[in-house]
Amino acid sequence: MSSERIPPRVRHWLSHVVTVVLLLVAALGLLSLLLVLTGHPVVPALSALVRGAFGSYYAITSATLVRMVPLALAGLAVAVAFRAGILNIGAEGQLLMGAAAATAVSGVMTGVPSLVAIPALLVVGSLAGGAWAAIAGALRLRFGVLEVISTIMLNFIALYVTGWLVRGPLQEPTRINPQSVSLPTALQLPVLLPGTRLHAGVLLTVIVAAVLWWWLRTTASGFRLRAVGANPLAAASAGRIAVPRTLFGAFALSGVLAGLAGATEYTGITYALYENFSPGYGYTAIAVALLARLHPLGVLATATLFGALQAGANAMQRDAGVPNVVVSVVEAMLILLVVAADRWREHTSQQRVPAESSA
Amino acid sequence: MSALEIGSSFLEATVRTATPLALAALGEAVSERAGVINIGLEGAIIAGALGGTVAAGVLGVGGGFVAGALAGVLVAALFALFTIGFRADQIITGTAITLLSLGLTGTLYRTLYGASGVALSIPTSGALVIPGLSEIPLVGRALFAQPLITYALYVAVPALAWWMQRSHAGLALRALGEYPEAAIAAGVHPRRIQTLAVLFAGAMAGLAGATLVLAQAGTFVEGMSAGRGFIAIAIVVLGRWRPFTVAAAALLFGGANSLQTVFQAMGWTGVPYQLFLAVPYLLTLVVLAGASTRSAAPAALGRRPD
Amino acid sequence: MLSLEGITQRFGRVTALDGASLTVRAGTVRAVLGENGAGKTTLMRVAFGALQPTAGVIRLDGAPVILPSPAAALTRGVGMVHQHFTLVPAMTVAENVALGGHGRYDPSAASQRVRDVAQRAGLALDPQALVADLSVGAQQRCEIVKALARNVRLLILDEPTAVLAPSEAAELLRWVRNFADAGHAVVLITHKLRDALAVADELTVLRRGRTVLSIGASHATETLVSDAMLGRAASAHRQTAKPLDVNYAIDGVSARTTRPFVSNEVVLRLDQVHVVDMRGVTRLRNATLAVTRGEIVGIAGVEGAGQHELLRVLAGRMLATRGTVSTSAQVGFVPEDRHRDAMMLDASLSENLALRDAGSRRGLMPWDVMERTTSTLLAQYDVRATGASAMARTLSGGNQQKFVLARELDGAHDALVVENPSRGLDFHATDAVHRALRAARARGAAIVLYSSDIDELLLLADRALAMYDGSLIPAECERNAIGLAMLGSTLSQATK
Repeated sequence: MSSERIPPRVRHWLSHVVTVVLLLVAALGLLSLLLVLTGHPVVPALSALVRGAFGSYYAITSATLVRMVPLALAGLAVAVAFRAGILNIGAEGQLLMGAAAATAVSGVMTGVPSLVAIPALLVVGSLAGGAWAAIAGALRLRFGVLEVISTIMLNFIALYVTGWLVRGPLQEPTRINPQSVSLPTALQLPVLLPGTRLHAGVLLTVIVAAVLWWWLRTTASGFRLRAVGANPLAAASAGRIAVPRTLFGAFALSGVLAGLAGATEYTGITYALYENFSPGYGYTAIAVALLARLHPLGVLATATLFGALQAGANAMQRDAGVPNVVVSVVEAMLILLVVAADRWREHTSQQRVPAESSA
Repeated sequence: MSALEIGSSFLEATVRTATPLALAALGEAVSERAGVINIGLEGAIIAGALGGTVAAGVLGVGGGFVAGALAGVLVAALFALFTIGFRADQIITGTAITLLSLGLTGTLYRTLYGASGVALSIPTSGALVIPGLSEIPLVGRALFAQPLITYALYVAVPALAWWMQRSHAGLALRALGEYPEAAIAAGVHPRRIQTLAVLFAGAMAGLAGATLVLAQAGTFVEGMSAGRGFIAIAIVVLGRWRPFTVAAAALLFGGANSLQTVFQAMGWTGVPYQLFLAVPYLLTLVVLAGASTRSAAPAALGRRPD
Repeated sequence: MLSLEGITQRFGRVTALDGASLTVRAGTVRAVLGENGAGKTTLMRVAFGALQPTAGVIRLDGAPVILPSPAAALTRGVGMVHQHFTLVPAMTVAENVALGGHGRYDPSAASQRVRDVAQRAGLALDPQALVADLSVGAQQRCEIVKALARNVRLLILDEPTAVLAPSEAAELLRWVRNFADAGHAVVLITHKLRDALAVADELTVLRRGRTVLSIGASHATETLVSDAMLGRAASAHRQTAKPLDVNYAIDGVSARTTRPFVSNEVVLRLDQVHVVDMRGVTRLRNATLAVTRGEIVGIAGVEGAGQHELLRVLAGRMLATRGTVSTSAQVGFVPEDRHRDAMMLDASLSENLALRDAGSRRGLMPWDVMERTTSTLLAQYDVRATGASAMARTLSGGNQQKFVLARELDGAHDALVVENPSRGLDFHATDAVHRALRAARARGAAIVLYSSDIDELLLLADRALAMYDGSLIPAECERNAIGLAMLGSTLSQATK
């Protein structure tokens, strides 16, 4: 607790940034190692990666930033849940159900003006995601089921539900391909920059992140969520907070954000529902949230980073023949590195004090 | 087909499907009894599957199983390093390790066998039919016309049960999962025992993965573990952390998975096949929600090891 | 038999022991005294191999030894019964005693061993009983048998009487004397002067991690020992004080006869309240209690007698299964385990303050007001912290306790429920807490105080009740009466 010229809050924030940069360097190192081990020349692969992510105007807008949207929204979903002490690994399934609900409802939107219809689709998708997460919430609060497991189970179930939908009720009329009807232009999210794929979802994402940040910091309900995550016993006892209600709300909010991710992806990029709708956004979102230290604004940054990584990975596969699944290895490694870095920090800063009572 | 024949093939499929589940669940039961919940079990299974695939081509089926077990141990070792060594959160670490393993096996598979994922031909472990016993109506083929690994289970389950109740090591393990302070005060080394338990679980999960390839599918498919690691955790809960009941619970899930054969044989085609695929996961949720199973859990499960 | 020389123990920047020493001979009892935080438990944990000293020598029977773990200590015949029992609740007595062995485990042989050891030691114990079902006294006997089964020659007991009712404690101390007379060595860690003088042959006093006194019991006087424990400065401060117990000093004038705020207004009321826990066990039965403004009601009781539930029902943190609970105001609650129940360690002090009333707050959080209030409280209650934005984790245990007390006292003007408020605090912090409680009483707060230490109760309470097996039993504010009531006797009610 020495007094320094830099105020503690800035120092705190700086140390996080430094940690993230170090972790990225480590991740890059691991990626290179992996490339070497699998027999791919490192430099061409990495340069393909960078080109695919940032190499051109198109790359930035239509490869990196468009991936930022679902990653950030799902990342916010995970961050909010983790802040409440809920391990929501089900963003993937909640995202899918959001997309599925939006797809289902789009069928009845013919003739409705875009200004009403598009938000309606997003709302429906969000609510569906919220409901899907609420199942896990109810299972935990009523039956004590660990949400880690229930949300993962629900991910699989969502996958099969989607599979059934695109081969059954929601399948396109010719019944040839396992996918839904293409979304009419009137219901698609408007493109912000002509000639790119950058859609209005980007703006929405930034606004959502900012609102979430404000809500957590300044409102009583946001504080309650954070308190429950920090110490549920103290929250109940000292804070007289209704912990089950707060937790359930956090489950639902998390699901809503993930559902929104699915709905925006549907209305902004894919314009259709099909089997491999999500390339694992819900799981990558975990890395996004953890690397951002669960900070809503930080999530925007890390989501962009991971969007770049995934965009680059596709280019790497196309141009250098490196299987793009390699990037999921890097993502998982980053989670482990973040965990290790956290433990390291806790270990070095805390003085281990002897047991309480009559020492 | 007669009812008896349908029943017999259903039971046979049940035991076959239950084998990898039981292997993984037994290992996880030991780990959880020591207080460690291993969400990364899924990662150990898929690693075992790839390990078995790669080794079988070179070393034969037996070598494949051994390699599968070793691959599972490797994954478990990484998990142990973080959760027991660094005292990191068990659940986040487990999730990361699962993602890592899924990604790594995918990468290695594509690197070794090409991006097209052509089906390989590797030696498999066929059914070892035991003459006489396998002719018992209804259950004969189910119990005695299975691959060798299933018979290994018949030995492993009672052995584990005996070990947990009738050996001091088993006593120490259980104490660790209930009230670690008591175990430590009695001179038990918590980290050592927990690490061994976790590695054992990894080996069993690796065997489960190898079973998927070498005794069932005959080939490797990315992500073929399909959530079995998590289902195994549910099986442990249903089986109340005791070897015999865990094996029985695995049979239940195996049966749920094999319902499809019954429906097909009976000619009931109206049900979408995705429902059958979803049954194990729905069943997991139902099982975990069963309130009575919660109180039987080891009291210190999931706590950071001191 | 055992000799600890110049033991220094450091944890990071904290020095828990600074060259402490102690010897104990076979056939004797040595009491180790000191206030909370003096280093008693730490020193004996070194002797038990649970801690590796930073410096110093341990000798057993004259030869220097290294004890890398409790297992090593046990093989050398050193056993320890901890203050917080190290028994597995879900296992039987026999299993607990057998824990740590090797090879095959035979349940019937283990049971027989327990019976043999218990009989030889003169202790009553059922090998097949589940520890979870045992009384506190029985659990302690199990702990002792556990040590004896390992053939310990030196037994260390850490605050053994803290969890026992007075008569059980007396029985234990008698047993200790007999055990020592049979040729074993016993080290008795305690902060109760009375117990030490009753049974010890020799006394060692620790203060701030150093051995400040080591004398034979026959030479020890109360004044000498308590001066050593508290340092000369403290004794100079207490001109008229008479130490009953090292941690508390009472003024010559009894606290009870002067009630500055007299009122009949009932603030907290319980009427025939029952509490049944999740397993269906009745924890509180027929509790009827009325607490008025300006009084401190003291609750006594051994662990598990029902005060846990009583306090929480009074504070509105737990629902009663049956009966009526009426509180006319916001009730502050200071739980015993402040880490677990009262604070967010990785949040700032302002955020911790904000916990108060967080459940019912609407709208925005007034952070600037919170920060100012926090700073004011820190100064008012002399909490050592760098400021309102300091992380709660950085405060020492005593300061955390003071902060929690400050938060609850400041917020709830009408009522306060306090559970073992001075647990883990040293003399000065304890004194500050007591003064704060008295001040709250003077302001007109209704206070319910539970303390596992009867002396603290006698010091503060205006009237006393004991908890026994879930029932409230009124008692006179006098040591024996309370002691009897804690054991369920209703004799104390006959007087009046």
